[in-house]
Amino acid sequence: MFYGGCDVGSRTAKAVIIEEDKIASSAVLDTGSSPEAVAENVMDAALNEAGIRMEDLSRIVGTGYGRRRIPFAHAMESEISCHGLAAWWSNPSARAVIDIGGQDAKAIRLSPDGSVVRYMYNDKCASGTGRFLEIMAEALGLPLSALEETGDKAFDRCVLSSQCVIFAETEVISLLNAGRSLPDVVAGLHFALAGRVAALARGIGVEAPVVMTGGVAKNKGVFKALSETLGLELVPMSGVDPQLAGALGAALKAREYAN
Amino acid sequence: MKFVCGCDVGSLTTKAVIMEDGRIRASAIIKSKPVPADSASAVLEEVLKPAELGLEKISCTVGTGYGREKIPFADKAVSEIQCHARAARWALTGARTVIDIGGQDAKVILMDSDGSILQFVTNDKCAAGTGRFLEVMAKVLGVSLSDLGAMSRRARSPVVLASTCTVWAQADVIQYIHSGKDQADIGGGINSAMAKRVATLAGSVKPVPEICLTGGVAKNQGVAMVLERLMGMRVTPFRKADPQLAGAIGAALLAREAISGSRQAGI
Repeated sequence: MFYGGCDVGSRTAKAVIIEEDKIASSAVLDTGSSPEAVAENVMDAALNEAGIRMEDLSRIVGTGYGRRRIPFAHAMESEISCHGLAAWWSNPSARAVIDIGGQDAKAIRLSPDGSVVRYMYNDKCASGTGRFLEIMAEALGLPLSALEETGDKAFDRCVLSSQCVIFAETEVISLLNAGRSLPDVVAGLHFALAGRVAALARGIGVEAPVVMTGGVAKNKGVFKALSETLGLELVPMSGVDPQLAGALGAALKAREYAN
Repeated sequence: MKFVCGCDVGSLTTKAVIMEDGRIRASAIIKSKPVPADSASAVLEEVLKPAELGLEKISCTVGTGYGREKIPFADKAVSEIQCHARAARWALTGARTVIDIGGQDAKVILMDSDGSILQFVTNDKCAAGTGRFLEVMAKVLGVSLSDLGAMSRRARSPVVLASTCTVWAQADVIQYIHSGKDQADIGGGINSAMAKRVATLAGSVKPVPEICLTGGVAKNQGVAMVLERLMGMRVTPFRKADPQLAGAIGAALLAREAISGSRQAGI
């Protein structure tokens, strides 16, 4: 039996198809201007990869900020429960999840059975979300994907005094003008983001092990900075791209409903 | 005839005024340099030139702003809060509340009837509610800051920005532009959002009239107009001089009081 999960986020749309307990296929596309169209396209891509058709999916669950605009979904689930479930599926010992998305961040505490105990999220302030890194990469003239490697070369990372994205944008330029190296500045940015997200996580008292989900989790600089800032063991998702966590959780929810 | 100088070394601009008997003799505004002492020396040169004065003619100089401790020629350093409060009383005799909105911060100062400071709050953490918010939005809208200020009066139904954060609000504005909304309605909505944020900050000190609006944003009529409506009190923009000079004017007034050893009302 196949189950589908579709996560239409602010930046990318993701689809995951599971067959019983394993991932059969997945796809990621840029969201663009039409959530409906991208949902269709990303699900088609995942279906093609699995070599099945829409009718073969026993159930499809939608999530993400565009979840109400997924025409083929049978049900909707919050991102909180999807990320929680996906993290627990990948690491059953996980007691908390930190998800940094394109325009929000969430911290979730999990019970031993993977259900959500408490959560907190920030979508009010762009600093502390993935948008922070996007804007900083642009200000520094780097592709987003180059941040990890650049920050890894830091010798003496900068400490940013600005919390606000807008103020940090000018601060990074003055740091460079003052002679700080690009790697030191980038490493400073990773810690600045980590600091904001750690404050969110401390607000609900997260305990280790903490699984990190969402696209930003792929940046090891942020991953390490967050682990260091929290002083807690952070574990990557095992067996799945962390960017797919929401869609995977939705597919797992679809399976739960069907049973 | 005694000349006094006030020098305000801010993070973006450095300002200086020379006063004589409570009146401005000369003023200058320059972009701040990386080293505060350099900014101070440069603005001093700028301000002395038109006044045809040498530094030896200045009886006392008070420095203020974030670089106030680094001004080589200052006799004394005083906080911006003190200076803005002093300047507000000079511009508006009965001022009890000062709302100062600068390029990257906002302050609300509450004074007693003698002008002594009772309480103040500042926001320098978040760009929303500071001049930077308006700069970013004016750029998105493709208009000058003064054009933006004039839009509130022309707006028929100002838009509502859903987000407080400057980054998200920028996306809201872009969406309004794409949907073909009237430019004045968008501009009016931007000024309203700004005023709302400042009113919230002001609310935390329980403002008392008269209210004096200082800092560069005091030039934006739209923000002043909406702020007045939101606070339900008259808000008087600093008009006796360029509101950006308020900190430096306050410093010069305090310099004068330092040498006369007294505090005279109404100057």
